[in-house]
Amino acid sequence: MAFISSGYNPAKPMENRISDIGPRKYDEFYPEVIKKNKGKWSHHEILEPGVLVHVGESGDECYTVRVGGARLMSTTHINEICEIADKHCDGHLRFTTRNNIEFMVDSKDKVEPLKNDLKSRKFAGGSFKFPIGGTGAGVTNIVHTQGWIHCHTPATDASGTVKATMDELFSDFQDQRLPAQLRVSMACCLNMCGAVHCSDIAILGYHRKPPMVDHEYLDKLCEIPLAVSACPTAAIKPAKVTLANGTEVKSVDVKSERCMFCGNCYTMCPSLPLADTEGDGIVLMAGGKVSNRISQPKFSKVVVAFLPNEMPRWPSMTDAINKMVNAYSNGANKYERLGDWADRIGWEKFFEVCELDFSHHLIDDFRQQAYLSWRQSSQFKF
Amino acid sequence: MAKHETPFLDQLESGPWPSFVSDLKQQAEVRAKNEAGVEFQIPVDCVDDLLGVVELSYKHGRTHWKHGGIVGVFGYGGGVIGRYCDQPKLFPGVEHFHTMRVAQPCGKYYTSDYLRSLTKLWDMRGSGLTNMHGATGDIIFLGTTTPQLEEVFWELTHNLNQDLGGSGSNLRTPADCLGSSRCEYACYDSNALCHFLTNEYQDELHRPAFPYKFKFKFDACPNGCVASIARSDMSFIGTWKDDIKIDQAEVAKYIAQDPAYPANAGAFRGSKDWGPFDIKKEVINLCPTNCMWMEGDELKIDNSNCTRCMHCINTMPRALRIGDVRGCSVLVGAKAPILDGAQMGSLLVPFIEVNPDDDYAAITDLIELIWDWWMEEGKNRERLGELIMRQGFQKLLEVTNIKAVPQHVQHPRTNPYIFWKEDEVDGGWERDVDEYRKHHLR
Repeated sequence: MAFISSGYNPAKPMENRISDIGPRKYDEFYPEVIKKNKGKWSHHEILEPGVLVHVGESGDECYTVRVGGARLMSTTHINEICEIADKHCDGHLRFTTRNNIEFMVDSKDKVEPLKNDLKSRKFAGGSFKFPIGGTGAGVTNIVHTQGWIHCHTPATDASGTVKATMDELFSDFQDQRLPAQLRVSMACCLNMCGAVHCSDIAILGYHRKPPMVDHEYLDKLCEIPLAVSACPTAAIKPAKVTLANGTEVKSVDVKSERCMFCGNCYTMCPSLPLADTEGDGIVLMAGGKVSNRISQPKFSKVVVAFLPNEMPRWPSMTDAINKMVNAYSNGANKYERLGDWADRIGWEKFFEVCELDFSHHLIDDFRQQAYLSWRQSSQFKF
Repeated sequence: MAKHETPFLDQLESGPWPSFVSDLKQQAEVRAKNEAGVEFQIPVDCVDDLLGVVELSYKHGRTHWKHGGIVGVFGYGGGVIGRYCDQPKLFPGVEHFHTMRVAQPCGKYYTSDYLRSLTKLWDMRGSGLTNMHGATGDIIFLGTTTPQLEEVFWELTHNLNQDLGGSGSNLRTPADCLGSSRCEYACYDSNALCHFLTNEYQDELHRPAFPYKFKFKFDACPNGCVASIARSDMSFIGTWKDDIKIDQAEVAKYIAQDPAYPANAGAFRGSKDWGPFDIKKEVINLCPTNCMWMEGDELKIDNSNCTRCMHCINTMPRALRIGDVRGCSVLVGAKAPILDGAQMGSLLVPFIEVNPDDDYAAITDLIELIWDWWMEEGKNRERLGELIMRQGFQKLLEVTNIKAVPQHVQHPRTNPYIFWKEDEVDGGWERDVDEYRKHHLR
């Protein structure tokens, strides 16, 4: 493969350089019907799961077909999306904040051909390429992080846990039978690139073993002060260590009981790996929301302290998620989000109806706010 | 014939949900065949090797990617994240496999022409794998080698009029909901504001000068589709000051079960039958402030007690509409749990005008006051929310010249330990102890 220059001259990096131009402007990509009716929409309606119509004050209609997708996406797949957009939507499309794709058309008669086309496309392995759904009182696509595809600190995989979960919840992606929308999110370590801490159900990768110290190489590969300062709980301090061969080297000491397993030290210093087959696994959280609707936004709560990584389909994890979704579906009132339902029935009932075990791990002991989650009342249910 | 056996990953091809494994395999095959005659600038089998390394992770239950390493494009401190495989001999195609963040267009609208220009570039100079999109909002180009970074950047800026996004201790690529482009709930044009601020602060986005990351997110209404209240240092949530607009004739149609007026715009059209729509049960009784009632056939709202939660509007969107005096609320300090626990955004400005005609001066003034304080006082890796916790919400009000109002709190403080300042107390703190002792013997 011969190197092909773009025009960039490494000897003169500033020559003809263009920088600070930002993203492309949004309105060059708007479909005509969007351009024309922007800011003048009258109302919308979900005609069936995954199909919406927005009606302008002008009477114009914009029909949207929403489809799910893996956020890890090849150019081959994107080119196929483009082909669909060209065929049905004058070459326009958009993505949602939850990794769904939306195909928009400007009249009702274009909807069925678009839907049929989308439904007909499958991957060689048998899964749908473009499943229609993800609207209203159902489950929409899972927002997630990189996992084993591309990250150095994950405690589990992201794409795989998401695929396993969405296969289980697929009927609710294409239905709107739940009491309200149910948002599932996934982050593969506690740093939460994906910010899953306000989701109805959150899947979180978690390490449980402090970093190993590769004493022989640490000082050669790392800036020790950076490794020390990277630790959010001050569990790492400089240390002199004598190797088996008698050499004394500069290294660090990890106070294991202070470690919260975040992996920040490993980011700064490759001689502090913490991934571990038995140590790593899944935490499940539940009951968060970001919408201000009816109740205020709220954080998710830890409801399962640990489940092992069970590749490739994490059956214990999907089983626990299914239990929560079913109990919520059976017990909550119309419009009630999972966290509002749990608050109403009480978390002691939540564990009962979801058939989840409670353990001491689920009682907060992290800093001052822990107190706020203990029960300061004689009101509780037996 | 696949380069590596992938018995674990193969099990993720079945089931209805789109399989990333199938997509990776299809991409590996397209690269191997190369019917388009692409002059690949990184190993042609990098996707095969990615499948191989992920399979190994499924076998081991551990990642095989190493920490970052410093790579980037000249003059920028962000936008590229270095990534190296820890088994380069087994998987040479992904030995160097860096990520590039490409700034997404606001509202995430695209044309096929534009997307194809991206895929063409990325097929030639990268793995052809992407995230559409990353958690912050960027288009993610997943996997290329160091020599290609400048080449990709050159092509993006020269041929596609397109810049990179943010990473590291800088302004991260701002993100928005689709706003008024296709939503009747939008209280402001989130696409326009997000685009303006992204361009206004390109220097802050590309050249890390902050204590840590900083995120803007724009939700054009309190429904919060982009989750700004949970995950942005400054969250701009659309709101209005006047009355919800009621169309009584349309209210009557909801009450009469007109099929064109389904509850919640059809969000419950599914396999469960919730029974006929009941305005009392589903709207009036669920209003969090109990500020709605029926007078005969008329729906009444005591707007002075409305907190604009959106429930009634969401439930009857053809009958109820947002008010006309529109702007946004600004909430600050949200972040994920690292380190002191999660923080939700706290309300700083109940209402701020969103005025494109003066280049959003009210908003940029506020942003810059906050940045001045945070850059001066923030410790390394301290998010804005943590600085507010450390120095106090009162300090934030002081540096932003904002007067305290009851809207700032859920309830007033439950302890009386007020740190009075000297200038707040008549006569100050300098006193004459001898004068005091004339009246109070030792």
